[in-house]
Amino acid sequence: MLQPGTASDELARDALEQTWLENVRPPAWRNPKPAPRYGLVIIGGGPAGLVAAGAAASTGVRVAVVERALLGGSCLNVACIPSKAIIRTSRLYAEMRNAEHYGARVPGDIRVDFPAAMQRMRRIRARISRVDSVRRLAADGVDVFLGDARFIGIGSISVDGAKLRFSKAVVATGARPDTPAIPGLAEAGYLTNENVFDLTELPPSLLVIGGGPLGCELAQAFGRFGARTTIVQDLPLFLPKEERDAAQLLSDAFARDGIEVRLNTAAVRVRVEGGQKLVDLVSDDYQSTVAVDAILTGTGRIPNVEQLDLSVAGVEFDAVTGIHTDDYLQTTNPRIYAAGDVCLEHKFTHTADASARIAVHNALSDRRQRQSSLTIPWCTYTDPEIAHVGLYVREARDRDIPVKTFTIPMHDVSRAITDGEESGFVKIHVKERTDRILGATIVARHAGEMINEITLAMVAGIGLRTLARVIHAYPTQAEAIKKAADACAASLRKAATTSRLRP
Amino acid sequence: MSKTIDDDDLLDRLEHSAFDYFLRTSNDVNGLVADNSRANAPISIAVVGFALSSYPVAVERGWLGRADAARRAVTALRFFRDSDQSGGPEATGFKGFYFHFLDRITGARVWRSELSMIDTALLIAGALTAAMYFDANTTDEIELREFAEMLYRRVDWRWAQGGGETLRQGWKPECGFLHYGWEGYNEAILLYVLALGSPTHRLGGDCYHAWTATYQWENLYGYDFLYGGPLFVHQFSHAWIDFRGIQDRFMREKRSDYFENSRRAMLVQREYAERNPNEFAGYGEHCWGLTACDGPSDELPDVTGEPRRLFGYAARGVPYGPDYGTLAGCAPLASLPFAPEIALDAARNMHLRYPEMLSGSRYASSFNPSLTGADGRAWVSPGHFGLDQGILVMMIENHRSGLIWRLMRECPHIRAGLRRAGFRGGWL
Repeated sequence: MLQPGTASDELARDALEQTWLENVRPPAWRNPKPAPRYGLVIIGGGPAGLVAAGAAASTGVRVAVVERALLGGSCLNVACIPSKAIIRTSRLYAEMRNAEHYGARVPGDIRVDFPAAMQRMRRIRARISRVDSVRRLAADGVDVFLGDARFIGIGSISVDGAKLRFSKAVVATGARPDTPAIPGLAEAGYLTNENVFDLTELPPSLLVIGGGPLGCELAQAFGRFGARTTIVQDLPLFLPKEERDAAQLLSDAFARDGIEVRLNTAAVRVRVEGGQKLVDLVSDDYQSTVAVDAILTGTGRIPNVEQLDLSVAGVEFDAVTGIHTDDYLQTTNPRIYAAGDVCLEHKFTHTADASARIAVHNALSDRRQRQSSLTIPWCTYTDPEIAHVGLYVREARDRDIPVKTFTIPMHDVSRAITDGEESGFVKIHVKERTDRILGATIVARHAGEMINEITLAMVAGIGLRTLARVIHAYPTQAEAIKKAADACAASLRKAATTSRLRP
Repeated sequence: MSKTIDDDDLLDRLEHSAFDYFLRTSNDVNGLVADNSRANAPISIAVVGFALSSYPVAVERGWLGRADAARRAVTALRFFRDSDQSGGPEATGFKGFYFHFLDRITGARVWRSELSMIDTALLIAGALTAAMYFDANTTDEIELREFAEMLYRRVDWRWAQGGGETLRQGWKPECGFLHYGWEGYNEAILLYVLALGSPTHRLGGDCYHAWTATYQWENLYGYDFLYGGPLFVHQFSHAWIDFRGIQDRFMREKRSDYFENSRRAMLVQREYAERNPNEFAGYGEHCWGLTACDGPSDELPDVTGEPRRLFGYAARGVPYGPDYGTLAGCAPLASLPFAPEIALDAARNMHLRYPEMLSGSRYASSFNPSLTGADGRAWVSPGHFGLDQGILVMMIENHRSGLIWRLMRECPHIRAGLRRAGFRGGWL
C-alpha cells in the first residue's frame, strides 16, 4: 500500500492530480458504518484487492475493501500505468532522433519537454483511475474503508477504530520497493518507482541501481529523455531470469541509446559533494566513482506484511516471501486467503488479478482451484520488449524434459523489416519430437502483445503444429510465431518420414 | 567442389604461413609466444598451447626439424614448470592455472589479466599434444613428457569450481573468482574433459551435466543445432578432440554429435550471411564467418556515411551479433574438417574478392568491406593474431592428415575425461 507523500500533496494543486486523487482517495471520503458481518473483507485496494472485490460482489456476498493509501495500488499509481505512459513519450523522442532510419528527416530542433511528458502521464493516470475509483466501487455495493487495517482476532479487523467482522478475508496488501542497503544512500536521497513519477524536471544525469524490469525500463526511458544515464547491475546480464540472448539484446539496445552499462558492478557507497551524488562502484578489481544528479533504485520488491498484526489472526508470513499460503492461496488461518504481490513470487498485475480470482473462488465456494495451474506470461517493456511464458530451457532440462527450441529472428519477418524493428526473436520451446509447447521467449518491439498467442495455446493445450494452420494476417510481426510453427511442423514431418524409411 | 591438387597447394601454403607466425613471434629463451604480432604484445598462454600443438605438424610437414621443435616445446614447458605459482599480482600462475597474458621476457602477469581456466586448458592441451608426439628417448623429449604430465597434474580443477556446480571462468588476486556468467554451449568441452580426466584434482559432482544443462538445442534457419553464436566455439575443442561418432548424453538425446553440430554451425553462419540483415558489404553465400576476432575500434563512417558503433576485438556471433560488418577471413577454413567443400568455396571466394585480408599467405584477424579506405579496399586488421594462426594450422592439418586427432585419441587423460563426461561410441 502507498502513503500519499508531501510531494503528492503539492502536486494535488494540479487539476489532473485532483481528479486522480478524487478517484483513488477522495479527500472528503467518509468510511461507511460497518455491516454486522461481511462475507468477505479484503485488505488492500490494489489490482488484487479490486479484482477480488468485483468477483466477490458479483456473487452477492457483503464485501468490504480496506485501503491504506491509494485505490488502484502500485500498478495504477506508481508503476505500470505511469511508466508505460512515459515510455511511450521517450520512445517517440528516440524515433525522432533515429528518423533517418525510417527514411524521414530528423526534426531540426528536438527539445525534450519533460514536464509535458509527465503531464501526459498524469492525464492518462487520472483517466484510467476512473475505472477503479472509490465511488465506483461503492456504487457496486462494496463498502470502501480508507485507513489502516489490523487483525484483532481470527475473524475480525479494525480500521481506524471501527471493527469489521468477516466470514472470510483476503489479504492483498501488495509490495513496495526493496531499497538496497548502500551506505550513504538514504542520506543522499534516492528515487524509487513510488516517487520518480512526482518529478517535474528531468535530472541531467541519473544512476539506476538494479537491472531488473523496473530499472531497465526507466533507465531506457530517462536515457531517451536525455538524462545522462548509467545503469549498474551486480550480475553478468540484465534481467537475470531471462535467457542470455534476450538480456544480451537488451544490453545492445541500451548501448544504442547511449546508456552507460555497468554489468558485474555493485554500488557500494554514496556521498554528496557540491550538490552531486557521488557513487562508488566496484566491479571485481576495478573501482570507480560516478557523479550524478539523481539515483533511482530498482532492486526488487518486498511484500507489505508489517503493521497488519497478521500473527493475531494466526497468519504465518516472513518479510522476504510474504504471507505463506498453500496452492489454494489459503493462509495458515483457514478463513483467510492471500492474493497478489504479498504472497506471490511473480509480482505482476496480471498474476495479482488471476490469484485474486482464485482466492475469492476458493474462499466462497466448495470447489477449489490451484494457483500452480496458472500459465503466467510476463513482459519487460523496454525497447525491444522482452516477454516470456512457461518454462525456460534450463528449467525443462532440470526436469529431464528434452527440449527443442524453434527460433525465428525478427530479421526474417517482413513486418519487422518494414517497421525497422528487426532486433529480437521468437523462441518457442517444445518437448523434443513433439509439438507440446513448454514455454516461449519473445524479444520484439511488441513482444508483450505477441506472447499472448503462445499463452493461449498453452492454456488451451494447442500444439505448436496447430498454430501452423492458423492463418496470421500478413504482414504482422506475429508472423514470427507462424514461422516457428511452420518449422516445427516441417521438423515433425521430416522425423516421421525418416522413421518410416528406417529399415 | 571436389578435392584437387590446387586445394592441397592452397592449404599447404596457408597452413605453413600460419605456422610461421609461431617462429616469428616466439621468445627463444623461454619458449613463449606472443598474443599477436604488434609491437609490445604480451604472451598469451592460449597461443602457447596452439604453438605446442603445431610443432608436431611442422615436423611432419618438414617445416621444422624434430630436435628444434622439441627444444622449443620443452623450453616453454620448463618455463611454466619453474614459474611463480604464488598467485600474486605479478606471478605467472596459481593452483596450476596461469594468467591469461604474461610479460614477454619475464613471464609475469601483465594487464592485470585474469587467471584463465579456458586458456590454461588450451595451454595444457598443447602440452599433452606435444607429449604424445615427442615420444623419443632424447633428453629433450623425455623431459618434455615429464614436464607436460607434471603441469597437467598440478592443475587444481576442483578449486576452479569455486564451490559451485560448474567451472568458473577466471580468478584475480585482487578480488577472487570473477562473476562472469558462462552459460550455454561454448568452447569449454576441452576444459571439462581435461578437468574430468585429471588423476589428481578431478572435478567434483556432476559438473559436466550441470554445464550441459545450460545448452540450447535450436532450430534456426531450418537447421537443428546446439546453439553457439561465434564460430570459434564450434572449433576450438575440435582442434584437439575428434568428436566424430562419439556422443555424450546430450548428443545421444539429440541423435547427433559435436562434429556434425559444427558442420551445421557453418551452414547457419552461411545462411545468416546470405540473409545479411544489416546489409553489410560483401556478406553472402560465399563470404561469411563471424567469430572472435579483431575489428575496427574507431567511430568510422561506413560506405553509406552512417556512423557505426565498433568494438575492436570481440566475440561476434550469429544471429545476434555483435555484427558491424567485420568478418574473420580464416573462420571458414578453421571449420574445414566439418564441411570441406563449403569452407574451401568460401575461402577461395573471399581471397579473390578481398585479397587484402592476406599478407603473403597469412590471414589478418579480420576485415570489414563496409569500411573502405581511400583505395577502395576493405579495412583489414593490422598484424596477425596467434589464435587465428593456431586454429588454422590444427584444423587444416586435421583435415589433411588427422594428425592432432590421432595423437589425442591415444592420450589417456583425454580418453578418461571423455568417458567421465559420459562420451561413448566410435573410436572411444
